[in-house]
Amino acid sequence: MRKMRAAAMLAGLAVAVAACGNAPSTTQPTASGAPSQSSGGGGKTLEGVKLEVAAKWTGEEQKNFEQVLKAFTEKTGAQVTYASTGEDTGAYLGPRIQGGSPPDVAILPQPGLVQQYAEQNALKPLTPEVTKEIDTNYTPYWKELGSAGGQVYGVLIKAAHKSLVWYRSDAFDEAGVQPPTNWDELVKSSQTIADSGTPPFAFCGGSGWTLTDLFENVYLSTAGPENYDKLSKHEIPWTDPSVTTALEKIQQIVGKKEFVVGGSSGALQTVWPDCVTQVYGQKKAAMVIEADFVAVSALQAGAKVGEQAKYFPFPKAGDTSPVILGGDVAVAMKDTPGAMALLQFLASKEGGEIWAKLPGYLSPNKNVSPDNYPDELTRKLGQTIISAGESVRYDMSDLAPSAFGGTDGKGEWKVLQDFLRDPSDVKGTQTKLEDEAKKAWK
Amino acid sequence: MTERLDGPQNPPVSVTGGSSAGPADTPRTRRRLGPSPAVAIAFLLPAAVLLGIWVVYPIVYSIFRSLFDAPGTGFVGLGNYATIFSDGGMLTTIRNNLIWVAVAPLVVTTLGLIFAVLTERLRWATAFKLIVFMPMAVSLMAAGVIFRLVYEEDPDKGVANAVLTTVHDTFSSSQGYPDARPREGDQSQVATEGGAVVTRQPAQPGQPVLVPIVGIKPQNMPAGARPAAAPTGGAGLSGTVWFDFTPGGGGRNGAVDPEERGLPGMTVEAVKDGEVAATTTTAADGTFRFEDLPAGSYVVRLPKSNFEAPFHGLTWLGETLITPAIIGAFVWVWAGFAMVLIAAGLAAIPRDALEAARIDGATEWQVFRKITVPLLSPVLLVVFVTMIINTLKVFDLVFIIAPPSVQPQSNVIALEMWRVSFGGGGNQGLGSALAIFLLVLVLPFMIMNIRRFRRENA
Repeated sequence: MRKMRAAAMLAGLAVAVAACGNAPSTTQPTASGAPSQSSGGGGKTLEGVKLEVAAKWTGEEQKNFEQVLKAFTEKTGAQVTYASTGEDTGAYLGPRIQGGSPPDVAILPQPGLVQQYAEQNALKPLTPEVTKEIDTNYTPYWKELGSAGGQVYGVLIKAAHKSLVWYRSDAFDEAGVQPPTNWDELVKSSQTIADSGTPPFAFCGGSGWTLTDLFENVYLSTAGPENYDKLSKHEIPWTDPSVTTALEKIQQIVGKKEFVVGGSSGALQTVWPDCVTQVYGQKKAAMVIEADFVAVSALQAGAKVGEQAKYFPFPKAGDTSPVILGGDVAVAMKDTPGAMALLQFLASKEGGEIWAKLPGYLSPNKNVSPDNYPDELTRKLGQTIISAGESVRYDMSDLAPSAFGGTDGKGEWKVLQDFLRDPSDVKGTQTKLEDEAKKAWK
Repeated sequence: MTERLDGPQNPPVSVTGGSSAGPADTPRTRRRLGPSPAVAIAFLLPAAVLLGIWVVYPIVYSIFRSLFDAPGTGFVGLGNYATIFSDGGMLTTIRNNLIWVAVAPLVVTTLGLIFAVLTERLRWATAFKLIVFMPMAVSLMAAGVIFRLVYEEDPDKGVANAVLTTVHDTFSSSQGYPDARPREGDQSQVATEGGAVVTRQPAQPGQPVLVPIVGIKPQNMPAGARPAAAPTGGAGLSGTVWFDFTPGGGGRNGAVDPEERGLPGMTVEAVKDGEVAATTTTAADGTFRFEDLPAGSYVVRLPKSNFEAPFHGLTWLGETLITPAIIGAFVWVWAGFAMVLIAAGLAAIPRDALEAARIDGATEWQVFRKITVPLLSPVLLVVFVTMIINTLKVFDLVFIIAPPSVQPQSNVIALEMWRVSFGGGGNQGLGSALAIFLLVLVLPFMIMNIRRFRRENA
């Protein structure tokens, strides 16, 4: 018995010793950091500070972002570790917020999450310095996008251009059609391509977000930016006639069996990026309507971007030429000087240009010159964003509560999938969208 | 920690007291079989604390949390539970769970029983059992990925459809122009009618008939097709069926252009008053001619059989078949487990009972029905109840096998619980309510199992 107690005490001691041993090792860097700060002059003000950044990027995108973080470390001396959240950022951050140990900076794939987390008081307001940086580099629309309740919380640091239609040039040549410039031409060319024996469109109907992207482009084009903003905030109902117009336009291309590769049931089982493979790998279809990042999947499918894989701007279906961006918003989850400095760096011209020189990046920052991009394609895309100026809009489904605009099998994703399954019922689709929206905006 | 250290101090008192006197020597002392309550508590405490932290507290907190709204600040009473039973999507998940519980355990137990009984008489029983049991070694998630591929619609990828199409094609093969259709528009000479292509205007012998067809994939174009020949008229009813599309564009719609090719092997019918008067097939340049047709007006028809698409198998991952398809994967995983348990039970059955029945003249079926199954019933029940609990909790297979577009149709409670609380829904109040609902569903079967164990041990 006595032996046992002794053993327990020993074990306890061991734990205590270990605990003590840890403490100095964590404090040491800060201690040694202080002198270097004074010796290094005003530059590396954050020597010894440790930061954690969470974002959904993996692979190549992660490596590129880590290069940007490295530049930040070189500038300020702060050590930044990167944590990958996986595809579902909400599912990763939710428990960490609840558990009281969020990362210093999180990069949210949807501004909708900014509102959501701001309501939960999980975000820290940006300091005046960061806000000033945003004012210099961004149009007011983007500033508002990162705000909740009149307070600025986030900054859009990486954009995706979502108003593109990618096509396979040999399919167009075979059918003898040219890239269309408006919706009616698109429908007419599609008919010609279908007659030539190639279904014109491949849809990733299994991934609901590709369908919301299609809807948003048509809607921004037919209803204009003002209605777009209203619908984004659910200030007009989904039963609005402007939505009817947009859905009827979409009906023109998804309503015909021969227009969609695999028919509607095949399209609904196709998940991203299989529709790109259907166009460029299996050569089963001629066009895929999606963002700039199609280029990555097209390359993987064996097509050369710029030769077989080309794109044209989303054709005007109404009065506006749509430019819709997706993108990632950086927010601070801890109110530390390090977190704020990192956000300021990411929002700055300097940070943006470092990133812009790496492949696969498009900046929403108006002061980042398109000349920085490494290839012609990205340069052109960057140009369209800058020239569209104030009428650029953010992906609507990503502005919505995620239960409506960002969850498999729910909300807008589900209803638009049902619409693809049976494109004849425009009115019913609108009623269902409105029902889902009411639930989500409650 | 202190309890634990204090605890062991007590036992010496009672243990020494007990052992020094000895129960047999001193019948006066109270006889106890186990240790003193203090010792019992001391030994139980670690387990009890762990169970409390990891089982009791979460359950109690989930019940508590389920009474609050999404941010966890507003008390909603039983509102979340009301949502479960009023929301259309949630009702689908409950319906799906009912289907699962009604079908999966029964199929698994039955298959397990059949396998177990059959392996008893098999020469290679061990090898067979090993193979059937193998899926248990695969994680459910990996099994999901495997079956996602098995059920792939494209027969080149999905083995299920590959088998179906191979079987189908051995009995009937389709040789036509799938997806081909007549040139559309008011100017076109032809239109679709119930899958067949017919001329809009009745045709007279001597007048050439044009049948423009579009939408033929390059790989479906027969190798022997020659450039289409414009019909020349002449005796009888004649015409041309051709692919009305000039590669690279520029052709005239509804007219035979130089680079357009005829469609050979197309069945053509001349129809008069709804009756087929004559049938022929097109030549390599797409022309056809009905030689000896009585004068009069005919409708030229290309019957549906020309356009039948080859059989592509079933849409396993579509909204109608998705739940049965996933149950199939579940059965694949669990049938081996059921078989092993039942086979163990089978080995324990007294042989003499079976032999007595056989000597009395019972057929094998009677022996199985009246002797084997009743004697096996305790084991069968264990397997069955375990499977019910497993099906109620099913999550990974549905999550992985069902494509996102049919997830609402294949959803189950456990998956919905995760989805609304973490996977985008962000409503942990409703998620907790679903968790509690699931617990209530599982509970009766748990109690049943525990009772049975207790009865067996008694």
